[in-house]
Amino acid sequence: MKPPPGLKLIDENGRRMDGRRPDELRKITMKAGVLKRADGSCYLEWGNNKVIAGVYGPREVHPRHDQDATQAIVRCRYSMSPFSVDDRKRPGPDRRSQEISKLLGEALSPVVLRQMFPRTAIDVFCEILEAEAGTRCAALTAASVALADAGIPMKGMVASVAAGKIDNTVVLDLRKEEDNFGDTDLPVAIIPKTGEIVLLQMDGHFTDDEFDVAMQYSIDACHQIHGMQKQALREKYLDAAVEKRMSEPAESEVML
Amino acid sequence: MSDDIVSDIKRDYIVNLAKQGQRYDGRAFDEYRPISIETGLISRAEGSARVRIGDTEVVVGVKMAPGEPYPDTPASGVMTTSAELVPIASPDFETGPPRPASIELARVVDRGIRETDTIDLEKLCIKPGEKVWMSFIDIHVVDYDGNLFDAASLGAMAALLSAKVPYARFELGADQPMPINHYPVSTTAIKLGPALVFDPGLMEDKVGRPRLTVAHDEHNAIRAMQKGLIGGFTLEEVKEIIATSKVKAREMREQLVKVTGREADARNTKPGH
Amino acid sequence: MSQEQREEAADIVVPGDLLDDSGRLKPGFNTYKEGANIFALRLGVRQMRGDQVSVLALSGRYDPQRNDLIIGTILEAGPSIWIIDIRAPSPVTMHVNDVPWKVDFGETTKYMAPGDTVLLKVAFVDEIKKIQLTMKDRACRKLSGGLVFEVAPSKVPRIIGRGGGMTNVIKTATNTRMFVGQNGVIWIDGEPQDVALAMAAVRKVESEAHTSGLTDKVKQFLQEHRRSGMEQLKRASLEKEWSSWG
Repeated sequence: MKPPPGLKLIDENGRRMDGRRPDELRKITMKAGVLKRADGSCYLEWGNNKVIAGVYGPREVHPRHDQDATQAIVRCRYSMSPFSVDDRKRPGPDRRSQEISKLLGEALSPVVLRQMFPRTAIDVFCEILEAEAGTRCAALTAASVALADAGIPMKGMVASVAAGKIDNTVVLDLRKEEDNFGDTDLPVAIIPKTGEIVLLQMDGHFTDDEFDVAMQYSIDACHQIHGMQKQALREKYLDAAVEKRMSEPAESEVML
Repeated sequence: MSDDIVSDIKRDYIVNLAKQGQRYDGRAFDEYRPISIETGLISRAEGSARVRIGDTEVVVGVKMAPGEPYPDTPASGVMTTSAELVPIASPDFETGPPRPASIELARVVDRGIRETDTIDLEKLCIKPGEKVWMSFIDIHVVDYDGNLFDAASLGAMAALLSAKVPYARFELGADQPMPINHYPVSTTAIKLGPALVFDPGLMEDKVGRPRLTVAHDEHNAIRAMQKGLIGGFTLEEVKEIIATSKVKAREMREQLVKVTGREADARNTKPGH
Repeated sequence: MSQEQREEAADIVVPGDLLDDSGRLKPGFNTYKEGANIFALRLGVRQMRGDQVSVLALSGRYDPQRNDLIIGTILEAGPSIWIIDIRAPSPVTMHVNDVPWKVDFGETTKYMAPGDTVLLKVAFVDEIKKIQLTMKDRACRKLSGGLVFEVAPSKVPRIIGRGGGMTNVIKTATNTRMFVGQNGVIWIDGEPQDVALAMAAVRKVESEAHTSGLTDKVKQFLQEHRRSGMEQLKRASLEKEWSSWG
């Protein structure tokens, strides 16, 4: 789709609508352990995307015939809340979200030590509370933090981001207008520890050279996101330790 | 699900404490857990709220779009309430189509708003017989730790109070605040042995029955009720719940009005229809 | 970030973190080895014991091990079996042959019925994680009275403490009877006031399991609350901070 007249996706200085350079991420914040009932969870804001991921398991598999006698199955449910988009979305799974759910589950499976939990399911739920381009990458990034928070044994984490092309320029992490009016979308996820690519989709138009640039942007960004994931997990316990230290003297004063 | 069987020891402990006038988390029978209300967090929704009662957490979004009115109310806006007990919120919630529990939740919240004329639907008419505002209230439960009814109702009210009718987006003029007539607030009590406890926590929700939800408006009138779960109340018990509910609803309404900043409107509302 | 905070943060590792590349250390629990390098398998605290590096997990479900003493809830009773929730991924079936009583066919509920809470032992876990339970052990029995509640199984070692030290501190100070199951189910019996205080102490250990000097903190906590009484204790448990997502 062509952008409406007057909307410039990239200015003469190579800056994007929001002032970002082509290889710059939107603002990302994550918090691990935000839910009580789930075994592990993560809340993530990425630009205007707002995502909660929650993990339950390893637990019994329903329906039974889905179970694998030798290892755990990692199931993902990606779901957009009705109010997450401009035009209300009907609740419940549609074809798009079912496809994404399948791909996210498959992207997370390789890092999980599934053979440790035969006949069980590890369920990952990704709730998109607000959507603004790149929800599947945001969901996958949050899901990986939630899995680690749940204490699931994993060989590493999974980090994800999309790259694309707007006005013949390869850019990282498309925002909504860039996604709508850009030429190409390339969601990618890697296991930062090994460099393995575990999610790869593309639509639009790329030359070989453009693809190389887009992948380099994405891989570099995934390493950056990986740093934030680790920080979010550490902070959960760091915060607790610091809070306790600070609150203790005050508490005992009140008691005495 | 294994969670459906509550160990007798837990059940007995909770009921025995209730007999001695106590609750397992130390609250008084009519005491709520801390309530937090936050509005406007979902920028894509016309109105939104995140409400926590203890560790129970709901996110409510209001979406609006022009649509056709019902033939029997050609000059009235349309409202719909849905609730999803998404499986992220509890190991007992399953994927799939809405089950009776989430339908009951949505309908109780809906009744508390619809039958009280909370939204001034006549002001949501764009062109009689042709175009009116459709409002969708969607309740998303993200963490279930007991007492969904009050969290969902409070969330729906907070989302509505913070909502802007999106005239501008549909090129119909300037945005306007959601027209609100009333401020109903629901409170829920559950019977635990001989005791009537408000704001049941997760264990109390599992052990207690039956349950009564009462909605009061800002003039202290009773506006909606729902008795749920197996078992019965005496008339005295129902009256006792209503009396306490009035007080609790007033406290919660104060918080609601403070957070959403719509105090001025609250004073202007008319009693009754 | 202060120096102290930085030190504490350095000990917390996430899956895939490199724990050692010297090639001189051995991989302990919750770690894996690739070439000469040892990596973390779970979120936890890096721990050294001799020449072994391991990760003390901070979260995770119960993973049954042989000889674990645990607390379970009877879900169903068949003519010759019970189906028991022990917080393993699936409920576990226990046969009448594995209890110390002679149970006639169809008479299982005379001994243990759905809703009952029992102290059991994990007799065996095979390579595909099929679990066999037994009650043929002196410690095993049906529990009655008191309170049962759940904690994160990963925190059980801290709640028990070295040689049962932590549990003993709590039991003595609160004058309660207490059993901590390896599966994170805890049973406490005593006067309601004492049970509530003991539970609060356990919750404190659970939430601060990754910090140091815990036994002293708990002793102090128990001492203070014995004096100040129930009211204040309960208040404190409710006054949790509103945690923002952002």
